[in-house]
Amino acid sequence: MAMNPIGRPTSPNTDDGAGGGFETFSGSQGLMQQEPLLNEVGALDKCGVDFASGPAARSRLGGMERTAQIGLPGLSEPEALRHYVRLSQRNYAIDLGLYPLGSCTMKHNPRLNEKLARLPGFGDLHPLQPQSTTQGALALMGELSRWLCAITGMDAVALSPKAGAHGEWCGMMCIRAALEDRGELETRRRVLVPESAHGTNPATAADCGFTIDELPADATGRVDMAVLREKIGPDVAGIMLTNPNTCGLFERDIREIADLIHEAGGYFYCDGANLNAIMGKTRVRDLGVDAMHINLHKTFSTPHGGGGPGAGPVVLSERLSQYAPLPYLTSDEDGWKLIENQEDVEGDAKPFGRMCAFHGQMGMFVRALGYMMSHGADGLRQVSEDAVLNANYLLARLQDEMSPAYEGVCMHEALFDDVFLKGTGVTTLDFAKAMIDEGYHPMTMYFPLVVHGAMLIEPTETESIESLDRFADTLLSLAKAAKDGEVERFSQAPVLAPLRRLDETRAARSPVLRWQSA
Amino acid sequence: MRYLPLNEEDRRAMLARIGVSSIDDLFADIPPPARLDGDIEGLPNHASEMQVERDFAALSGQSTNAGEAAFFCGGGAYRHHVPASVDHLIQRSEFLTAYTPYQPEIAQGTLQTLFEFQSQVAHLTGMDIANASMYDGSTACAEAVRMAARITKRKGCILAPGLHPHYSQSVITSSLGGGVQVQAMPAAMGADAKIVDALDENTACIVVQNPNFFGELVDLTPLAEAAHKVGALLIAVTNEVVSLGAIKSPGEMGADIVAAEGQSIGNGLNFGGPYVGLLACRDDRKFIRQAPGRFAGETVDAQGKRGFVLTLSTREQHIRREKATSNICTNSGLCTLAFTIHLALLGELGLRELARLNHARACALADRLAAIPGVEVLNESFFNEFTVRVRGKAADIVELMAQNGVLGGIPASRLYGPGKFDDLLIVATTEMNTDDDCAAFDAALRSSLQGEAL
Repeated sequence: MAMNPIGRPTSPNTDDGAGGGFETFSGSQGLMQQEPLLNEVGALDKCGVDFASGPAARSRLGGMERTAQIGLPGLSEPEALRHYVRLSQRNYAIDLGLYPLGSCTMKHNPRLNEKLARLPGFGDLHPLQPQSTTQGALALMGELSRWLCAITGMDAVALSPKAGAHGEWCGMMCIRAALEDRGELETRRRVLVPESAHGTNPATAADCGFTIDELPADATGRVDMAVLREKIGPDVAGIMLTNPNTCGLFERDIREIADLIHEAGGYFYCDGANLNAIMGKTRVRDLGVDAMHINLHKTFSTPHGGGGPGAGPVVLSERLSQYAPLPYLTSDEDGWKLIENQEDVEGDAKPFGRMCAFHGQMGMFVRALGYMMSHGADGLRQVSEDAVLNANYLLARLQDEMSPAYEGVCMHEALFDDVFLKGTGVTTLDFAKAMIDEGYHPMTMYFPLVVHGAMLIEPTETESIESLDRFADTLLSLAKAAKDGEVERFSQAPVLAPLRRLDETRAARSPVLRWQSA
Repeated sequence: MRYLPLNEEDRRAMLARIGVSSIDDLFADIPPPARLDGDIEGLPNHASEMQVERDFAALSGQSTNAGEAAFFCGGGAYRHHVPASVDHLIQRSEFLTAYTPYQPEIAQGTLQTLFEFQSQVAHLTGMDIANASMYDGSTACAEAVRMAARITKRKGCILAPGLHPHYSQSVITSSLGGGVQVQAMPAAMGADAKIVDALDENTACIVVQNPNFFGELVDLTPLAEAAHKVGALLIAVTNEVVSLGAIKSPGEMGADIVAAEGQSIGNGLNFGGPYVGLLACRDDRKFIRQAPGRFAGETVDAQGKRGFVLTLSTREQHIRREKATSNICTNSGLCTLAFTIHLALLGELGLRELARLNHARACALADRLAAIPGVEVLNESFFNEFTVRVRGKAADIVELMAQNGVLGGIPASRLYGPGKFDDLLIVATTEMNTDDDCAAFDAALRSSLQGEAL
């Protein structure tokens, strides 16, 4: 998710009117401990690992010994613990509070799934052991595939993509391969992408060699059907559409969109980032989708880990299944088999290639399947319902003081523009930073790009009504304060975080990307 | 359902506040023919934590895990010891359940560790700068190739004979969309130096792995010189970063970009993922502008205190959209954290000792296997992995050894396809192997070779 205000790095106002605060001698402030960089606390002669002695041997390094100093600082174990625990305390996290990042789906991460991923039959298994010795892991991949196909109604799944964007690339490469097979790759170059789309969509289509044609939104925040009809033609390879879209709205005309694309000979790629709002309520197959990636780290709650790792399996319709990349899973009476090489491909399969080494994000597969099996068919539907209910509850509580971008109900996230801040001198960025002082992580801001000063709020299903009420009360108080002219509360914010606003312009203008000795 | 805080009374009250009569009113935009009535077909209902744990334990038990066997597999994924404190620290809520650090004031934990990671990777590879990581080594390699093509404004990419086959295939697949023309040299041992013969004025980059897929060490210095002479770049690939504690870094040998798999430090085998891709390069504006992925950078806050932010994002998809340097939208956050903590525990001393141990184990094992009739060690040089020629098919021998509780390496044909290098077995050893493991391997290999001969 893009968080920078329309891509422009910001510089803080250095005129320090508020906060200031009590300066300590140590630099620490109570429980918030000062912590220097590893290079400043560590030393080249410190080590936190003991080794057993090994056999003596004559070197076979072929004269390539590394003799110069490497420059890696070390720490003893107690020092390492303290260093990283102190650093951890400078992070906001779901386990600390509501994390309303729209389009990012920050929901509770069940710890059961961490335990499951560490079972030795998954965590301590080598990807290239004989397949006869990895049947349990392959069976798990098979079971995950079955659940993903059941939830979406699709025919096949490619498991290897390592993240959402990698999944997009997988799906679009399947479409590319299908067009090539039909002999139409040269004539179908154009991919339609709504303006509200996540930036990965156009970037992915471009990576696959397509040109991008943007679709505007209509007054209700959905694809403008009149423009779509004009733009569809025999040179269109397909459409990349997020549903529910990035405005948090279900694309009502989705079946008509699918029909139009299919009648014109193109394919329908659905960005599945928001599957968490509709699973168990509809199947993407019945919406006419040909390919869709599923962010296991969003919908199925594998932890975000401060920015990855994720996983982005892609479900495929019958029209695209045969193009799924290597490796892919099959089974027969002898058990599960991964087809890893072109030479082993059988039947109609025409894999478009290989996306990465090995078989995908096994650690995420285990966690996601653990999440799915815990919830079951009934629980997954309840997840969608509660996610949508929570978002609409916040929308209802906030709509009189803040300004919803579109009329009517939303899906799993509520989108506001900055009209309610007009004339207050407070920007979306200021409003977001003030939320930090109130103990909340800000919502997604300035995205989607189609809404001015956008604020996209996704509470997820794992918030209680009490938590939602506290959050809504805080936002309402902030909105009132902005309207009452308390500009300083916003322009100086945050004053209570470990750091004040950071100078992003300086970071970009003279990049310092690694530690350097003074 | 234990993960859902709302109860029926809450739901009713909330629907009333919203002003709708039923939950389905909120889903009214779904076209009626596509609505699901009732539960998803073919799936069971919710299950207790105990039940799920039981089911997964049963599945886990259906495989032979590395800890149950004498284990000698490598080929781009290595089994090293990870200190207990690493897993403890990465499971702290503040690291585990945080998002990408887009609000730097409340994400300094993630940002500072990323900055430490970038510093470590720069030191380790001998390069000037590193990014905040890629998905894994293979995708880092594919991105490095595209980056080189943009920097040089050329299309040619030559893959060395010793490049990991999955990496080669990943580069070739990622080139299908245009911009790069890949020439993969036929796989062979001892042939990496021949890559210079394929260089010409259209070459954007050569991609050379060290140690290569067969475990051989490759002197990159003459290759870098030859590439630079025609204006091409050298991309150095490393699968086993522990080797950098013993052998010359790619930076010392003239590499322009390094793409590496960082799994060996801090991260388990995990059946192939998640891993952590390292991408490092020269400190050159042109390189940085064309680099994929995220960078953490140092700056100050409004009161002049040092802090860290994600920076140089004008290369990225959320700003540049179809003109971005890559569609990548993440890094391998928690895996980089594990890498950073483990490497901080090791430090210079520990990494060197770890590398020394790995190499010593490999030397002893190579000598031991070389004494077996029907086994020939082919490497002149190696770090902790080497290739042996066996009498018969390596794939069959590996299956037979597995039945005796030995996971005895990777048959080359597993990656090159049947019919290629059928008699080559790639064997890796680490500090995890005991003398007993080596004895078990020795015995299993001998008996499997006899079984093969029968």
